Parts: sequence; C-alpha cells; structure tokens
Amino acid sequence: MTQKVLVLYAHPSQHRSEANQPLYEAASQMPHVTVVDLYAEYPTFNINIDREQQRLMSHDVIIFQFPLYWYSTPAILKEWQDLVLEYNFAYGSRGGALKNKVFFCAITAGGKAEAYRAEGFNHFKIREILYPLEQMASLTGMRYVAPFALFGARTAKEEGRVQHHTQQWTALLQALIEERFDVAKANEVGKIAPFLEELITEPAS
Amino acid sequence: MTGIFLQAFIYLVAAVVAVPIAKKLGLGSVLGYLIAGVIIGPITGLVGEETTTIQHFAEFGVVMMLFLVGLELEPKTLWSMRHRLIGLGGLQVSLTIAAVMAIALYLQQEWTIALSIALILALSSTAIVLQTLNEKGLNRTDGGKSAFSVLLFQDIAVIPMLAFIPLLALPELIEKAQSAVATAAEHHDELSLVTGLHGWAYGVVIICSIAAVVIAGHYLSRPLFRFVASSGLREIFTATALMLVIGIAALMSLVGLSPALGTFLAGVVLANSEFRHELESNIDPFKGLLLGLFFITVGAGIDFSILSNQLTIVLALTFGIIVLKAVVLFVLAIVFRIQGSDRWLFALSLAQAGEFGFVLLSFSVQHHVLPPDLAQTLSLVVALSMFLTPGLFILFDKIILPRYEKSSNDRKADQIDEQGTVIIVGIGRFGQIVNRLLVSNEIKTVVLDHQADQVDIVRQFGGKAFFGDATRPELLHTAGIADAEAIVIAMDNPEASVEVVHYVKQSYPKVKVIARAFDRGHSYRLRQAGADFIESETYHSSLEVGGHAMKAIGLHPFYVEQQKATYRRVEEMKSDKLYQAWQSDATEARYDNNYRKLFKRLEERMAEEMTVDRNDKHSRSERGWTPPPKGYTDSLAE
Repeated sequence: MTQKVLVLYAHPSQHRSEANQPLYEAASQMPHVTVVDLYAEYPTFNINIDREQQRLMSHDVIIFQFPLYWYSTPAILKEWQDLVLEYNFAYGSRGGALKNKVFFCAITAGGKAEAYRAEGFNHFKIREILYPLEQMASLTGMRYVAPFALFGARTAKEEGRVQHHTQQWTALLQALIEERFDVAKANEVGKIAPFLEELITEPAS
Repeated sequence: MTGIFLQAFIYLVAAVVAVPIAKKLGLGSVLGYLIAGVIIGPITGLVGEETTTIQHFAEFGVVMMLFLVGLELEPKTLWSMRHRLIGLGGLQVSLTIAAVMAIALYLQQEWTIALSIALILALSSTAIVLQTLNEKGLNRTDGGKSAFSVLLFQDIAVIPMLAFIPLLALPELIEKAQSAVATAAEHHDELSLVTGLHGWAYGVVIICSIAAVVIAGHYLSRPLFRFVASSGLREIFTATALMLVIGIAALMSLVGLSPALGTFLAGVVLANSEFRHELESNIDPFKGLLLGLFFITVGAGIDFSILSNQLTIVLALTFGIIVLKAVVLFVLAIVFRIQGSDRWLFALSLAQAGEFGFVLLSFSVQHHVLPPDLAQTLSLVVALSMFLTPGLFILFDKIILPRYEKSSNDRKADQIDEQGTVIIVGIGRFGQIVNRLLVSNEIKTVVLDHQADQVDIVRQFGGKAFFGDATRPELLHTAGIADAEAIVIAMDNPEASVEVVHYVKQSYPKVKVIARAFDRGHSYRLRQAGADFIESETYHSSLEVGGHAMKAIGLHPFYVEQQKATYRRVEEMKSDKLYQAWQSDATEARYDNNYRKLFKRLEERMAEEMTVDRNDKHSRSERGWTPPPKGYTDSLAE
C-alpha cells in the first residue's frame, strides 16, 4: 500500500536558501507527497489548528524539513508544535492521533559533520541535539527515524553536494511511499544519510 | 464626396475582412493588410491610381510609429544603444550597398545606376518589421533590439542618401527629360525653407530646428500638457498630441529632414514625461490605422501586368535580394555575438527592402538617375519583398524557434524569472504607501493618476508617475497591463474602480487585481467584479487603534494580539457569508431583511467567539496555549 508523506517545511529566508529550496522543490514534484511551506501559509504565525490536525491524520509519514537554527527548529515549527499537538489529540487519555506514524527531521546544518560529536565544537551528535523532537515522537507514539542531515550546508552548493543530497532525498521519499524503508533499523543509527543503501530495499521488479 | 466615401468604405471593408482572418491563421496583421490591398487593387481593380497619393498620406503612420518608439526609449537607453546603432547599422548599410552594387555592375549596369539601386535596396521596412516585432512580442529580445538599431540607423541614413542621389544623374536621361520640363516642374513646388541656402547656412538651420524640438519638448511640453489636462477635455488632449506630432513632422519637412526622425527625437525627449502613457494611448489608434492603410497601398500597388511580363526576372531579383541581405545580416549577427534564435530573427526580419525604397525610387526617377522602366521593375521587387516578409516571420516562428526552444529548455531550471511590473492606479495617500513599499523593494511600478497636480507632487519627491485616466482601456494597455503581474486599484471614485476591476479581469484574467474598498458594499461589488484581493481602507488601522485601546486599559499585549487575530478570523468568515447573502438577494434591495438578520446574527457570533474563554470554554485563539489538565502526567507514565 502506498504511504502518504507530509513534509512540513519551515524556512524563514527562502530567497537565500541554497540547500533546502531544491529539496522542497523536488519533493513538491512527487505524487503521494504533500509539502507545506509553513512560513508561506502562516506568515503571521496564525496557525490553523484544525487544518494542521487534519493534515496529520491523513498522512502516514511526517517529516519536519528545516535549517537548524540555534540547535533547534525555526520558530514557526515550535509554534506549530505548541498549537497543533494538543492534549487529547496528540497525547493524553483520548489522544493517540499520531500513533504508529513515521517521524523524522530532514535538516541542513552549517557546521561540518565532524563538529557534531563530543570532541567537536558543537559537543553533541546531531541526533542528541534533536532529542526534544525524538521525545515528542515518543510521547505521541510515532516511530522515530534518525535525522536525514546535510552538513556544511553553507558551502554545499559551491562544493557541488546539493544535487547528490537531493537525489538521496527523493530516493528516500520514494522508498517511504512504497514501504521499502527499514524504519526499525533507521532508529538504531545516529543519522541516516550515510546508510541509505542499507536502509532502502530495491523495488521488486 | 460620394467617391471618397465609397473609396474609404472599400479600404475599410478589405481591412475588416482580411486582417482578422490573417491573424486567426497565424499570418499576422501585416500580411492581412497586404492581401487586402492585393484583392482590392490588382485583382478586382476596385481601387486604382489614387493608391500612390494615399500611400504618401499613409506614410505618416510610420512617422507616428517612430514617435511612439521614441516614447518607449529614454535618452539613457538610446545612448546605451549607440554602439549597436552605429556599428551594426552602419555595417549593414555599407556592406549591403557594396554587395548589391557589385552584383549590379556584374549585370552590366552603369556604375551610377548600380550605386543608386544598391542605396535603394539596402534599406529595410521599418513599418513592417516594427509592427510585426511588437505584435509577436519580440521587440524586447536581443534580435528584436538589434533589428531596431539597424532600422533606426537606416532612417538616419536616408537623409544623406537623398542629398547624394541627385549627384548621380545621367546626362542622357537629363537630355530626354528636358523635353518634359513641365512634369519636372511639378516636383519642385514643394514648400521648403532651405532651397537656395549655402551649405553652412543649411547646417545651421538643421541644428537650430533639432535644438528647437529638443528644448521645446523638454521645457514647453509640460506646461502645455498640464494646461490642456486641467481642462479635462479628452479630445483636446488628443488634438494636442496630434498637433505636436504633425507640427514636428512639418518643421522637419520644411528644413529637409526626415519627419520620422524628428518625431522619434521628440518621442525620446518626452519619454520621461508624466504624460507619456496618455500620449501613447492617444496617438496609437491613429498610427494603427495609417500603418494599416500604408500596407494596403503596398499590396494594391503591385502591378500584375508588369509582374506577369517579367515574372522570372522579378522573382529572381526578389529572392536574390532577400537571400543576399539575410546573408549579410547573418554574418553581422555572428560578428556582433547575437546568440541562438535571435541571430535568425535578426537576419530574417530585415531581409526585405522597405518603404523608403519607394521614396528613393521616385526621387531617383525625378532626378534622372534611374530610367523609369527599371524603376518600375525595382518598385515591384521592393513591394514583393515586403509582401514576403510576414512569411519569413512565420518561418522563424514555426521552424527556427521550436528548434532553439528545445535546446534551451534543458537549462531552464536555474533561470530566475524576471520580476513583472505592478501597475498602481491612483497615487493619493493610499497609493503612495503602496508604491513606496514596492519601489523600495526594487519592484518595477507604473503609477497612473488622472489628476495632473497629484502626479506633479509625486514627481517633486522623486517618484515616478504618469498622468492618465485608467478607466480607458487604451491607457491601461500603453501602461503595459498585458505584461503586468498585478494591478493595484486605489482610485478615489468607487464606481470607476469597480469598472477597472471588471475590465482588467475580463481582458487580462492572468493579472492579479488588488483593490481598495471604501465600505462593505463597495467590497462586495469589487468582489463581484472579480478582484483577487480586496482590502478595506479603514479596517486594519481601526483594528490597530482598537488594540491600543485594549492595551491602554491594562490588557496584556499578547492577549490583545490574539483577540485581534480572532476578530480577523471571524470577520473573514462573516464577510464570506454576508457576501453570499448579498449576492443572492434581489438586486434592487441589497440590504433587505435577510441580509440585516444575518448581519446581526454574525455580530452575536463575534461576541461569542471573543468571550468563550471567560465562560471556561476555550476560544480558538487560546486553544493552543491551554495547558493540559492538572495531574495529566499520571496517565502518561505507562
């Protein structure tokens, strides 16, 4: 059965974007993928809670796509969490609307991959930095997948890495749609981009 | 009198029938006019000899066209074109002259005849080329701009050619002519200020008259137009515009310069004027009709008896000249690095001979440079090559362009679309803020207002605005509505603004219409007319003021902000419902009971939404910030 994918895209400065925008555009071309540009839809942060909850319920895979800002999401995604993930919707005695959906973050980070470890200047691994979101998934009963990250994003364009990353991204989305992605295994790694070949099974032709 | 009516009727019928059909078949309007001319002229013989006289009159369309072209070209743009103008234009003219002359000499012509033939055939048709480029939207392409530079150079080159041709007079032709002095005398009774002047005096007169056009255009036109505009009489403005163009044309003819060049210059001088769009929209219909008439006369002037007698030679000469000119142009396009499809556009568009060719032909016959029978053949060649030009454009459209489009599609992804313009109608206090926001974001705007004083105020502060009445479709057209991205309607007259919304949405459905509403009723009418976005002029500021009042009595700013958001949300829903009620109500009693009842009910709903939180339910704006119930963590720890 095809899975429906929801990409919640939060980028407050899209005219400067070099890495996220190609990912966003590639995803919006794909069938079975709904891409929501949160800053475009709610430029004044007046998030329509009902509409957003409806969207969550009608998709199987939820992705937050954003550039990492101060080791967290851009403000609108936090606002979105605060407003949309209500008690008795996402959690609580009558909650559970998100149960068993797949959740992960597709992020771009300015620092190089080496910076995100105990010895590096960011001191924490990228997965550790995103623990609040992992716990959000846990509390709402979603199946968490390690982040899909592009490091050194400020120079990715000049170094010609964006195209490869975009190809990986669409392959990942396609695998999720066709349920060819090993979600359980993807929860055991620190980040998924280096392991995509092992995590995606080839389509049975 | 009856004769004139009949003739005018024949011309009009031919145009009305032929042009729309040609346009529908994708042949373009120029070919339509030409075919209409052939039908009423040589085929059915409805019109005859008078076509030549009419042609002289219709050539005035070319003069008007160059005035309009000048209006589109600011002096700065013209200056930046100078390399192309002189380099590309100069080389085109001189290389073509050399090539044609060489061939004519090879065909055993006298060198004087060969040279004058070369001069005549080197020119291209400004009328056909510019009209077609505009119609097909090719005038902004690199090929189109280069073609325009060459045409402009040719128009300038005509002047020295006219001076030079009499020097080529053949002695034996003069002898023959002396027996027919009477006919020759006819041609010398034209009014002129410069006959009999010395060379240096002539130069002074020319410089003075050009200076007069530039200085008067710059300093006198504005007060004159302001004076006329303040009278509010539209037809007088039209008369003023015509007076200007005709006056300059007359002055230029008097001193022996090309009228087209003079009006072009005047156009460039006025390109920065706030009256530019109004002038364009006034002159444009005249230009269109006269040019159409001109094309018809070209078609009607083709003499089928000569054509059938010398069919092979005329056809061979026509194709020969087209190929030769196209080759010269193509080589120049390569040298001047014109790329891709533009190179073909440039080469094909200018490959014909032009209307100035007719002028030079009759001039050379008058001055005994060319024998009349040769001139007749050549005039057929010129007409035929003009006739074939639309075909070359079709060739470009259908065969050459698709090939280049395919290859350029592959790299489309990294191209950033050029930003479109926004037209702002009404530059009062409201429109000014809109304009300042857009301009400070480097968005191109075209500002129109029907009050000359208002336009003046904006201009005094360094803004760019144009005088004109936006309820006239022609004005919106010349302001560029066809290519605009959006139009902001902020005019004072509520009726007129509904009218403009209606017109724009009907004729240019792609243009986004943003309208300012005065009150609820006005906003419904704007919505009905099809406006995409409607903002009430007082709504947002009133809401802000209400917010300040709430804060002043001690409510928390963020709470106030949320209540304002609720107000906006309910109001939006409310106005949707009210609009539907308004629409379904009988047209004569818009505010009948039904509507009023609904309005009251919705007002109550607003109060409800605002107070739900106080009644211990959660209002929607509060919803997301509501903490979970006390003790909820017990159930989470599984």
